[in-house]
Amino acid sequence: MTQALTLRNLVAFGTLAVLALVPLYSHATGNFFMMTLFTRIVILAMAAVSLNLIMGFGGMVSFGHAAYLGIGGYVVGILAHEGVGSGFVQWPLALVVSALFALVIGALSLRTRGVYFIMITLAFAQMIYYVGVSLDRYGADDGLTIYKRSDFAGLLNLSNRTVFYYVCVALLFATIYLVWRLVNSRFGMVIQGARSNERRMRAIGVPTYRYRLTCFVIAGTICGLAGVLLANQADFVSPAMMHWTRSGDLIVMAVLGGMGSVIGPVIGAVALLVLEEALSGITEYWQIILGPMLLGIVLYARGGIEGLLQGGRHD
Amino acid sequence: MTDAIDPLLSISGLSKRFGGVVASDNVTLQVKPGELHAIIGPNGAGKTTLITQLMGEIRPDGGKVLFEGEDITALPTWQRGQKGLARSFQITSLFLDFTALDNVALAVQAQAGHSFHFWRNARKQAELREPARAALARVGLAGREDIVVSNMSHGEHRQIEIAMALAMKPRMLLLDEPMAGMGPEESAKLVKTLRELKKELTILLIEHDMEAVFALADRISVLVYGRVIASGAPEDIRNNAEVKKAYLGDGKKTAVAHG
Repeated sequence: MTQALTLRNLVAFGTLAVLALVPLYSHATGNFFMMTLFTRIVILAMAAVSLNLIMGFGGMVSFGHAAYLGIGGYVVGILAHEGVGSGFVQWPLALVVSALFALVIGALSLRTRGVYFIMITLAFAQMIYYVGVSLDRYGADDGLTIYKRSDFAGLLNLSNRTVFYYVCVALLFATIYLVWRLVNSRFGMVIQGARSNERRMRAIGVPTYRYRLTCFVIAGTICGLAGVLLANQADFVSPAMMHWTRSGDLIVMAVLGGMGSVIGPVIGAVALLVLEEALSGITEYWQIILGPMLLGIVLYARGGIEGLLQGGRHD
Repeated sequence: MTDAIDPLLSISGLSKRFGGVVASDNVTLQVKPGELHAIIGPNGAGKTTLITQLMGEIRPDGGKVLFEGEDITALPTWQRGQKGLARSFQITSLFLDFTALDNVALAVQAQAGHSFHFWRNARKQAELREPARAALARVGLAGREDIVVSNMSHGEHRQIEIAMALAMKPRMLLLDEPMAGMGPEESAKLVKTLRELKKELTILLIEHDMEAVFALADRISVLVYGRVIASGAPEDIRNNAEVKKAYLGDGKKTAVAHG
């Protein structure tokens, strides 16, 4: 809450500043691989922030959040394949479809708690994954190439990688701001209260289910938008986008960065993907190094990297 | 007497069994507006189960609950909260990672219409914070507002429980052993607070602290094995032979009446 110049805030804003400055670096050095890498990081950070809205703040540990990446991506891919290239059609439709899926999945999953909730969200995601695998018309498990990025009628040229990067960064920043407003609003207080003590929440007269469901839909919709960006970034969609390991990656990003804050998952996404990139340059078996590092963070820094910077709450 | 006044809460024929255990055995009792009605009884008599049914967290097998003349037997918990039934929990049930003020402000918010407000910072809304501050002050926690609840003492938790119930501006308080685990000094303070509250509120009080019960209650019902064995003014209950037997046993075993 305090806006003091702590190490934690420094790292948080430092991370956002770095994200905003990556294209300058790439243009100065000609290292455009860096920008491609960071485009992916920014998009997945957005998905992780949306997951953390339900997981960190709402206590709803969804193990199927990558499904919305796939849904958003496939809406773009399928429309492009069928000749509808306009972003003004693709993007809103992707958001609506993601929201509808989240509504149905949430409405059923939120009747369960704990491990059952984790399992049922995973099951839904796997179902959607296999639907993707069976879409023969759209490439089945080979995936579907998108020959033209979403067209915004000359307003934005997404094929220009710098423009595209800044679109992603702008949407990530907007997401962070939106989620930050959300968690501090009356709605956010109810969501966090329901995580902390749902029984008490009902006793003071709050129908928790509808708030949790609303939150679930908001998170799914944001993640659907990340899926739209991911499809455009890769010029390709495939069922792999929504494989359960991808859902796991998103959870790791949030846990690694810190679930207690809005910005934690962004730090987690940057840390995880940069490490992955750096370590895989060193050895083929980079996961042997990454695994213990993750373990260490989870065991010794309860609040993730964010919590570590805060000066380690010992609770 | 006040027999002409319609009861605020009316329980008739309430029954609940868990397997072979009878938790509520045809419980019938009425609480009149403005009354402090205490329910006493040995452990396992079904007192907490009764409150849990009144709040709708457990459905009774049979019987009816009327609140302000309206049948609320089938209403979900949150709607009962909206209608003005506020409970405190025997085992402290708070939002532990929030501050004391956040806890109570959330109770205020719950009564201030729906919470589908996504934008304005709830912690900066005076219409939530001020009534919450007032409720905390009432239970003697002024100056402790900004402390995270998990760092506060058990006695303070009990006080926050009551502050939250108060912040709901209830028609009726259901207090489930508010003095459980409190020291004598804290208990005495709470008795004073409750004496103030009963001037404005109807209260159903479950309590093991007999001193507190007899100091506060207008009427007392005695619950044993889920059954109301006696109901009446404190002096009648004190002299009731059946109650003495239930509490003191028939000379062989002594029922323990401590939480």
